[in-house]
Amino acid sequence: MSQPPSTGGPVPTGRPHGPGAAGTHSVPGAAGAYSVPGTTGAPGPGGAYSTAGPAGTAGLPGPADTYSTAGPAGTAGVPGAPGSPGDPGAGAAAPAPPAPEAAPPAWREALDRLRAAAVTEPGRLRSIGAVLAVLILAFGTVTAWQVSERASSADAVVHRSQPLSADAARIYRSLADADATAAGGFLAGAKEPREVRVRYERDIRTASTRLAKAAANTGGSAAGREQITRLGERLPVYTGLVEAARANNRQGLPLGGAYLRYANDTMARELLPAARELYDIESARLDQDYTEAKAGPWAAVAIGVAALGALGWAQWRHRVRTNRVFNQGLLVATGCCTAMMLWLAVAHGMARAGLNESNDRGAASLRVLNQARIDTLRARGAENLTLVARGADVVTEGPDQGRDAYEVLFQEQLDELVGGSGRAEGPAAPDSLLGRAAALADDEAGRTPVAEALRGVREWQQRHRTARETDDKGDYDKALKTVIGKEGSTGESFDRVDTALSRALAHEQREFRSAADDGRAAFTGLAVGAGVLAVLGAAGAVLGIGRRLAEYR
Amino acid sequence: MRGWRRTPERTDPRGRPATGRPARSRRGRIRAVAAVGAVGALTAGAAVLPGAVPHRADRTHPVGHGAPLAQGGRARSDDSQDSGAYSDFEDETGPQDCDSPEASLRPSGASGPAVKRIRAKGFLVAGVDQNSYRWGYRDPATGRLGGFDIELVRAIAANILGDPDKVVYRAIPTSQRVPALRQRTVDVVVRTTTINCARARQVAFSTAYFQAGQQVLAARNSPITGYDETLRGRRVCTAKGSTAQAELAKKSYGARLLPPVPNQLDCLVRLQLGEADAVITDNALAAGQAAQDPSVELKGSPFTDELYGVAMNKDDTDLVRRVNKVLDDYRAGGKHSRWQRAYDEWLAKDLGKGKTKPPKPKYKD
Repeated sequence: MSQPPSTGGPVPTGRPHGPGAAGTHSVPGAAGAYSVPGTTGAPGPGGAYSTAGPAGTAGLPGPADTYSTAGPAGTAGVPGAPGSPGDPGAGAAAPAPPAPEAAPPAWREALDRLRAAAVTEPGRLRSIGAVLAVLILAFGTVTAWQVSERASSADAVVHRSQPLSADAARIYRSLADADATAAGGFLAGAKEPREVRVRYERDIRTASTRLAKAAANTGGSAAGREQITRLGERLPVYTGLVEAARANNRQGLPLGGAYLRYANDTMARELLPAARELYDIESARLDQDYTEAKAGPWAAVAIGVAALGALGWAQWRHRVRTNRVFNQGLLVATGCCTAMMLWLAVAHGMARAGLNESNDRGAASLRVLNQARIDTLRARGAENLTLVARGADVVTEGPDQGRDAYEVLFQEQLDELVGGSGRAEGPAAPDSLLGRAAALADDEAGRTPVAEALRGVREWQQRHRTARETDDKGDYDKALKTVIGKEGSTGESFDRVDTALSRALAHEQREFRSAADDGRAAFTGLAVGAGVLAVLGAAGAVLGIGRRLAEYR
Repeated sequence: MRGWRRTPERTDPRGRPATGRPARSRRGRIRAVAAVGAVGALTAGAAVLPGAVPHRADRTHPVGHGAPLAQGGRARSDDSQDSGAYSDFEDETGPQDCDSPEASLRPSGASGPAVKRIRAKGFLVAGVDQNSYRWGYRDPATGRLGGFDIELVRAIAANILGDPDKVVYRAIPTSQRVPALRQRTVDVVVRTTTINCARARQVAFSTAYFQAGQQVLAARNSPITGYDETLRGRRVCTAKGSTAQAELAKKSYGARLLPPVPNQLDCLVRLQLGEADAVITDNALAAGQAAQDPSVELKGSPFTDELYGVAMNKDDTDLVRRVNKVLDDYRAGGKHSRWQRAYDEWLAKDLGKGKTKPPKPKYKD
């Protein structure tokens, strides 16, 4: 802004210049353009400040009080300082000149006015005021925008992606549960207890209603829709196979067992992988929402720093030129910007902490526990099918060759659950699902059900071994009782594990929700507050500059 | 058909398992040539035999191929069984002293160490199938095991222990039959087990108690008439590692082979669901399938020879003789034999009444 003196200076006065300045202004057009202001600008008093530059350099006592003080300071005191902040201004003005050669007078006039704004003090002040107002408003706008974006991501975590991921987990679990239950009911045959049938039907109903809901909510994710379609297509096929199995079984035909194994195969090869995929997709979206909600509002911070810097500089300039320490308007603006900055930093920090906690304490645990529950269900399904298949399906290759395929599957699931390759005592292996769940549970209320689940698994393993031994000895009926009986059965142990895991899941769901709500609450009011503060700040800046400007009237 | 199958020539070439392995020993090669010679004679003979099915001739292979030996116009199978049974019946090569694996030890009612051991236990441990309808199957409603194989187990128990119910039935997978016998976790295996050379080296067999063969099963109204040209373009289901799979690999008549399923019964599921047009498995098991679905039936004739035997530990020679004695009694009596009664009860409906007779026992000593 104090550049104009040097811009105007060189040509008429031949005042020596820095190499940079000389380079910028060697354009002849600039000189021509410069001579015009005098004609367009108001003559007489206008000349006083239109020639401010030369006046400043020559040390002519100008009529304007401000100027005379600024002038000498500019030349003698800090020659470099005013020049350097001014440089950008000059740089911005410089590229324009070459065009006007062919430009019509109207163009030229506008350009001249612009130049006047740059070279005359009121013009400069107006520019400063405008820039400050724009910066502050931009700060407010960007803050409001970035904060509401993060707030909506945080909302999405709580209201959209976590519920969707929970729904996907529910579908996954219902399907695995239906499969295990169908096999259990099949084993009971004609004596199938009513609650078993009810449970199976509830599972299928849950899976289909949640699928319909997921289909309505899946918000354009092509991969998610594909899995939902696949599930929707295969689920009726699965239920058809289960019904065929039941009907044949009731007729006393071994064909029922073959149908049930086919149903299980369909479940294991098509439905469960699709449900798993859907769950992974929804979990990935949850992760993405987390990341977005936690992302630093760097654009807002950058503009905020720029606004505060500009305000600081404007006030410094004000002081240097007027010897007045404070400009109230600018002070208000600075206050508003600082408040906005602090609010933004605190809110972001709190939200980040809350969301991190909800992710670590809730979502991560939920993921491990969901998988644990599904493995439990699949192990139960395999255990039941071992008795349905009675050696009809044997592993044909690999290290388990010759072993019953369902028994192998059962052991695989339990290995994932507690590790230790079949060892039936002690704590769960650290990398097993229950081991990880125990590590992720960070309070007593979270650890208790996980420990209970582990005890259930250990009991289950022992009873399972007994059941297998009984069956291998040829006592099928007793083995059947050990598996689907009421007391002392593996079914009882399975229920124990399943109940404990569902309690752990409920607890983690609450943890997740409360931490996420805390995080989300941190953004409350910030977007609106930023808007209000920005308007206030911008008004302060404009008024402050306006006061100064008024001194020129 | 069946009369033709029992021509004297037939016994001659049945020296080797039908997996179509190349004759590796010199002796084997000589035998192979002899076999093909016999086959030639047979095919020539077949022309004059009434009812000879032309496709039998297709099954004889030129000598140049060396490999697949067609035995008397019928393939012998390694495993007629339902599921993946290849694992435990590896055919070790080398000199094969196995002209007729179905030849067993002479029957005797004496009680040796094995029989005494069973008596001391107080019960017979029998390895059975629990999924083969009409052979060995646990009725889910009653929880009782029943079938042609189970009938035989009861006869053995009645003979040794005086009570047909003193039996512990163990469901053993196809592939576990030999290990279970070797580890003596079971005393006998009565589980539609085909007698063949590979197995005869590992376990002892009783005399044959049933004659089966691979056959086609399809819907009643299907245009498929058997193991022939009508299979062209049809989707055929077989069990993993089964004889049918091996046979189709050799000659498929242009059938489209579906990926093999774990168990022969799974093929009926595929057939019912319209995923398959035909099933090829051995007729004994196919009969069990037909019994579960009145809309399917066995088509054509069996195109392989499979003899079922009771398998026992190789060291239990006294038990083998004892079981052979039981079988002798079981078969005796023609139309009123217990064998015939069991057949009528369990199998006649689907295999045809009076169509199958007990195979004649053969002995090696």
